[in-house]
Amino acid sequence: MNNGYIIETRDLRKVYQVGKVGVPALRGVDLAVPAGEFLAVVGPSGSGKSTLFHIIGGLTPPTSGQVRVANRDLASLSDAGRTRLRKSTVGFVFQKFNLLPNLTARDNIAVARFIAGSSSKLDPHFEEILVLLGIADRLDRKPAELSGGEQQRVAIARAIVNGPAILLADEPTGNLDTENSIAVLDLLRGLNQRLGQTILMITHNPEAAAYGHRTVHMRDGRIEERG
Amino acid sequence: MTFKLVLENLKHRPMRSLLSILLIGVPVTLILSLVGLSHGMLEDSQRRARGVGADLIVRAPSASVINLGGPSLDERLVGFLEKQPHVAMAVGVTTHVVDLPVFVTGLNLQHFDRMSGGFTYLAGGPLRGPDDILVDRSYADQKHLAVGDSATLMNHKWRVAGIIEPGKLARLVVPLETLQNLDSSHGKVTQIYVKLDNPANTNLVLEELKKVLPDYPINTMEEYIAAFNVSNIHGLREFIIVIMAIGVVIGFAVVCLSMYMAVLQRTREIGILKSLGASKAFILEIILAEALLLGVGGTILGILMSFGAYWLIGHLVPASIPMIIVPIWWPIAGAVTLAGAFIGALYPGLSAARHDPIEALAYE
Repeated sequence: MNNGYIIETRDLRKVYQVGKVGVPALRGVDLAVPAGEFLAVVGPSGSGKSTLFHIIGGLTPPTSGQVRVANRDLASLSDAGRTRLRKSTVGFVFQKFNLLPNLTARDNIAVARFIAGSSSKLDPHFEEILVLLGIADRLDRKPAELSGGEQQRVAIARAIVNGPAILLADEPTGNLDTENSIAVLDLLRGLNQRLGQTILMITHNPEAAAYGHRTVHMRDGRIEERG
Repeated sequence: MTFKLVLENLKHRPMRSLLSILLIGVPVTLILSLVGLSHGMLEDSQRRARGVGADLIVRAPSASVINLGGPSLDERLVGFLEKQPHVAMAVGVTTHVVDLPVFVTGLNLQHFDRMSGGFTYLAGGPLRGPDDILVDRSYADQKHLAVGDSATLMNHKWRVAGIIEPGKLARLVVPLETLQNLDSSHGKVTQIYVKLDNPANTNLVLEELKKVLPDYPINTMEEYIAAFNVSNIHGLREFIIVIMAIGVVIGFAVVCLSMYMAVLQRTREIGILKSLGASKAFILEIILAEALLLGVGGTILGILMSFGAYWLIGHLVPASIPMIIVPIWWPIAGAVTLAGAFIGALYPGLSAARHDPIEALAYE
């Protein structure tokens, strides 16, 4: 495995135990994502999209199969190893924004830097990205004082502040109106084009999926179709 | 950043934080008040014993420091002691408990004045009749007594002749003979204070008196005063330890409950931190830091509330319970509380650290 791919999975399987019953979420996923790609993953609820993201993002280990992310074999990583992966290699953007409600936008971004072991202070280069994201003048507000679109842009800023190899966006426009959805998708595409940021985006929306270089369709824990 | 995160968490739910701090502060106040009461009572006893101006004290064979026993010393011993070499004078007094820890002391005022330099009268004057009583300021404040008032003690009606400055022997002073009559102990005294011609002779006279009165506890006043400490009061140290243990348990329970609730409320936030790469140790650190901050807040509030207790007791029962503030116990009470808070935060902290990030992120 590797061959220049930043993400590569082979026969990836995940079975969740619900009581005494094993529920398969992934049934052998093969996926290869080159660095710098903007990949959209679509599929109905329960198709395994989120599970695939959680495994690639190091939030949960696979049951079997191989998965390499930025040259690291995730199947063999311990819990602490996956924690380190999340700290530096992967950035998450969630549908519900998932900002810490007690902290200002600036501190939400700073806490990601702090956890990664960097100085909490944002560097000048990143201040330019905040301007690009259109939140430079909203940084001293708490999430409750920001619109959904602004919150999602803060979440994107937080996700990329440590320069992760991969940005995982799980339904990033799911809670936004059309105007804000377009703004967020434009931003993601801009990050991909300007910074070469590898992005995997889960979406139900075909228009959103069209922002990606290609789209993979998932159903019943498998990749059915590659576009 | 950790501190900021913790502080913002506390600010985000101010009622929970303030209630936790208040509940943690209560056992701190309890500990400090108890210590303040015991130390206050002992210091008060020491100060009043020091105010007598004697060099030696002779007590009845059955007496202890706290329990002087009944008047069982033969009053003729006073005359015997005054004839001993280097003894300038001896004063026999008798005591009667009226409302523990308040005693009435019967004495010959002229003799006592010569030994001690006399009471300082804040109002009124010395004892003139057999039913006169002197009360110190604390007792007068507590019982709202003024010169000329009547006070009934020991089923006997007294006239308040004077209000005296506290700090010399007794809170309540009556004529020796009257008290002896009331106690049916004519010719008996409880203890005898001995003043020497020169304090430098104290040990010499002490040795001589022990030879001639081998059955009597005879001590220098310094020994007697030093005996007023926590370790000489049976069970007091153990009592304080029990109260401290209760303090730890309350601190533990309050913090455990509070932090457990906090962890439940913040499950999603813990998931967010974990998705950012926060380690278990970091999550535990945040929970422990928050608990310790609550503990510090509780300690400070507990200290402030102990001043409130001091003020309240000083106004309500200044004579019965002479509480003092004992700053040396602040760090001890603080350490006890923080220990409770730390232990109390461990379970919720470990529970938070073990949260599965996916489940935590899905928590509504």
